[in-house]
Amino acid sequence: MENLLSITTFIPLLAAAILAVFLRGDNEQARANAKWVAMLATLATFLVSLFILFGFDPADTGFQFVEERTWLAGLTYKMGVDGISILFVMLTTFLMPLVIWSAWDVKVRVKEYMIAFLILETLMLGVFMALDLVLFYLFFEAGLIPMFLIIGIWGGKDRIYAAFKFFLYTFLGSVLMLVAMVGMFADAGTTDIPTLMTHEFAFADMTVLGIHVVGGMQTILWIAFFASFAVKMPMWPVHTWLPDAHVQAPTAGSVVLAAILLKMGGYGFLRFSLPMFPVGSAVMGDFVLWLSAIAIVYTSLVALVQEDMKKLIAYSSVAHMGYVTMGIFAVNQQGIDGAIFQMLSHGFISGALFLCVGVIYDRMHTREIDAYGGLVNRMPAYALIFMFFTMANVGLPGTSGFVGEFLVLIGIFQVNTWIAAIAASGVILSAGYALWLYRRVVMGELIKESLKSITDMTRREKMIFAPLVVMTLLLGVAPSLVTDLIGPSVGALIDHVHASTPAEFLSAAADAVTH
Amino acid sequence: MISADIQTVLPEIIIAVYAMGALLAAVYTGKDEIAPLLTWLTGGLFVLIAGWIGYNGDGVNVAFDGAYVDDGFGRFAKVVILLSAAAVLVMSQEYMSRRGLLRFEYPILVALAVVGMMVMVSAGDLMSLYMGLELQSLALYVVASLRRDSIKSTEAGLKYFVLGALSSGLLLYGASLTYGFAGTTLFSGIVEAVEGGASIGLLFGLVFLISGFAFKVSAAPFHMWTPDVYEGSPTPVTAFFATAPKVAAMALFARVVFDAFGEVTDQWQQIVAFLSVLSMFVGAIAAIGQTNIKRLMAYSSIAHMGFALMGLAAGSALGVQAMLIYMAIYVTMNIGTFAFILGMEKDGVPVTTIASLKMYSKREPLRALAMLVLLFSLAGVPPMVGFFGKFYVLRAAYDAGLAWLAVAGVVASVIGAFYYLRIVYFMYFGEETEALDGKMSPVLWVSLMASAAVMVVGVVNLFGIEPLAAAAAATLVN
Repeated sequence: MENLLSITTFIPLLAAAILAVFLRGDNEQARANAKWVAMLATLATFLVSLFILFGFDPADTGFQFVEERTWLAGLTYKMGVDGISILFVMLTTFLMPLVIWSAWDVKVRVKEYMIAFLILETLMLGVFMALDLVLFYLFFEAGLIPMFLIIGIWGGKDRIYAAFKFFLYTFLGSVLMLVAMVGMFADAGTTDIPTLMTHEFAFADMTVLGIHVVGGMQTILWIAFFASFAVKMPMWPVHTWLPDAHVQAPTAGSVVLAAILLKMGGYGFLRFSLPMFPVGSAVMGDFVLWLSAIAIVYTSLVALVQEDMKKLIAYSSVAHMGYVTMGIFAVNQQGIDGAIFQMLSHGFISGALFLCVGVIYDRMHTREIDAYGGLVNRMPAYALIFMFFTMANVGLPGTSGFVGEFLVLIGIFQVNTWIAAIAASGVILSAGYALWLYRRVVMGELIKESLKSITDMTRREKMIFAPLVVMTLLLGVAPSLVTDLIGPSVGALIDHVHASTPAEFLSAAADAVTH
Repeated sequence: MISADIQTVLPEIIIAVYAMGALLAAVYTGKDEIAPLLTWLTGGLFVLIAGWIGYNGDGVNVAFDGAYVDDGFGRFAKVVILLSAAAVLVMSQEYMSRRGLLRFEYPILVALAVVGMMVMVSAGDLMSLYMGLELQSLALYVVASLRRDSIKSTEAGLKYFVLGALSSGLLLYGASLTYGFAGTTLFSGIVEAVEGGASIGLLFGLVFLISGFAFKVSAAPFHMWTPDVYEGSPTPVTAFFATAPKVAAMALFARVVFDAFGEVTDQWQQIVAFLSVLSMFVGAIAAIGQTNIKRLMAYSSIAHMGFALMGLAAGSALGVQAMLIYMAIYVTMNIGTFAFILGMEKDGVPVTTIASLKMYSKREPLRALAMLVLLFSLAGVPPMVGFFGKFYVLRAAYDAGLAWLAVAGVVASVIGAFYYLRIVYFMYFGEETEALDGKMSPVLWVSLMASAAVMVVGVVNLFGIEPLAAAAAATLVN
């Protein structure tokens, strides 16, 4: 099965093509068919991707299941997975059937909705598997098109503003990365990612437009990539597209956005910024750490005052992504293990939280926190599940949220205690906004007239949450399932970064430890 | 000797003789009644000649003592010109017939314009360059004002003529300066004259020549005529303006700067880079406020010319290759987009406001989807083929040390993406209206779908155009 990765990637696209070509009409039967085709395709993708997981050898830190074909303009079509990317692939294939299932009640343009999600899945999988710069860019950027349409067509009231903001914001970030990629192609003569990882880009200091750049070319390339990944991540202060996009997107769109699309930024840092520009990372590392620390505190405070549930969770996502960037640029085993763990766990938890909002939004058609209260009286099952994920979001030990944050904090503590202290305060703040949200929505007396007839979750809704609950608990009590898989690759990455960072840049990091 | 010369220019002679024969035949027979037949015939002839040139052309053939050069570069440009002209002709037939616009002169004038373009891209001498350019331009002036009873169309023709004459004047002035200081009008002679550095007189000549070309490719700041002419001309004519003449002018531009001034690349590189960056930004920013889709396409073409010029500014074989690929992709996208625009009508009257596309996707999902693909391709969003055009020119510019131009280009492309997205917004997100009928002739439908399919499927290998363009560029730059 040397084409396993391509098969996994393109099953959803094939299903989308089948839907587009063969499905006619817009009656009840056609809608049901569209949903079932999408469901079967995403399930098939998940099953096929299990072969990747079970065939994967964690001890091998290189790329596995590699396929390579020549493409145009000196580029190659090259796919492969290593310890860093495989779990993102699994996260995507695992979540997509749930996403499709959660969209079961959509009534408007069902066929197109399913096609958009199927195409999106292909593109997301491609991002995590691509081993060619331009191929990566192609998947990375193309994902904007279906997401733009998902927000624009099926979104809420201000969907048009949100869709444009989402598209143009991320597009601007990525095109700078494109120029950097062209520059890397010119410098190294190849776009092959494994080769580029060992290629040493020039880092002699240089002057650009009168500004002295420490780390030279590497720093400039690093900044260009940062422009793209920081927006995608999103990092403070370029996070402002995210709350808008989340609030306006339909539930399934929010889930994909929070659970998978945001991870592309973190994955990009690990795949490109760290190994390819170690000097650039050393020069800019402190800057990222401080940005992350600010993000954690600032966005947590902003989340406290939100009146829209989705917006609150969106800001909480930005704060949690702050831990991720912090862990990555701590550049030690705990930090990066924690960052990857945090991304996976955030994938389950934030996805579930957006689904929780979706459940009551479907019933009441409002996301205003003030419109709710006392839901526990009529929706006990919902209250239980919502509480579970609220606690996971806070980082309660026993849930996956705890492991990620804890590892990151250990990692960052070795690098900079001040930042570690600031970041740790985010744990308290997250408890603040998450529990307060829970109290206002679920607890108390049911006094609102409109809520008197609200119904508890249906069997379908409960079933969607079940796998997410299982994963959150499983990773919470047995984190070695993940760390054993990613550990060797992460270790190799860190060794590579340290080995290819010259001493004068390492000393800056060493100084930081003594702070 | 002369027979060898004739052999080399045979394709041009065939089309020219065909045009004159067709003129006579039409005058003595049914006049406008045979116009549809003539249109298809002309289109068929173009395709035949394109196939002949593409498959049979070989090596470098020089005719008339160097005034005419038939090489790989010229052949590549000619095939693109002929095929796009054929596509636009057959697309326009039904549209023009129904509106009583299809005079028999139309296909004949287009044929003559195409002959002019073919001479342009093969010019090896300032004289043949000017001959080709004027033959093309004069035919186009008339075609622009084809709808004689419309003020806008007449205005478009007149405006095009006056400004075109001005640019021809600039070009002639440049040519005469060049001749005066080089002592020859042959490109091969000019190359020798500029070896080891161009004199100030020759540089003046070069600048005026480039201004003339910039007008023809509608690069800013010589772009003012484009929106008015695009808007005023009948839509099929606009489609024609946006495709073949652009390729011809761009190829001529490359021909002159490389064949005649290839030794002093650094002298013209900065001018071309300036034209490029200005065009990209003018095209991107000015298009934002447009409500008429034809005007919008005019600004879009200005921005695209900016990108093509970026390839030229690189001043390398890679740059010329990038430019040729870019132009081929650009032409394909524009044929599809104009097929869509030609199909926009209400009760038989053409509609060109963007707002009329509101919720088009609801009534015509397939056509809206094809247009969506084309728009994202025009914006240069992967995985559409339009992205690869941009990738090639960016790479060429970066390799030539023009990293700032590449950065400017991508920033402009983000601004430009906004107005393409705006059309998507109207088609997919707006409220429903009944502004457009659902009818579309089969030819237009096929053109639209084929063009959109090319934009998606081309991601596999760009239909093998890459090595062809590389070979073509190698014959020009050496």
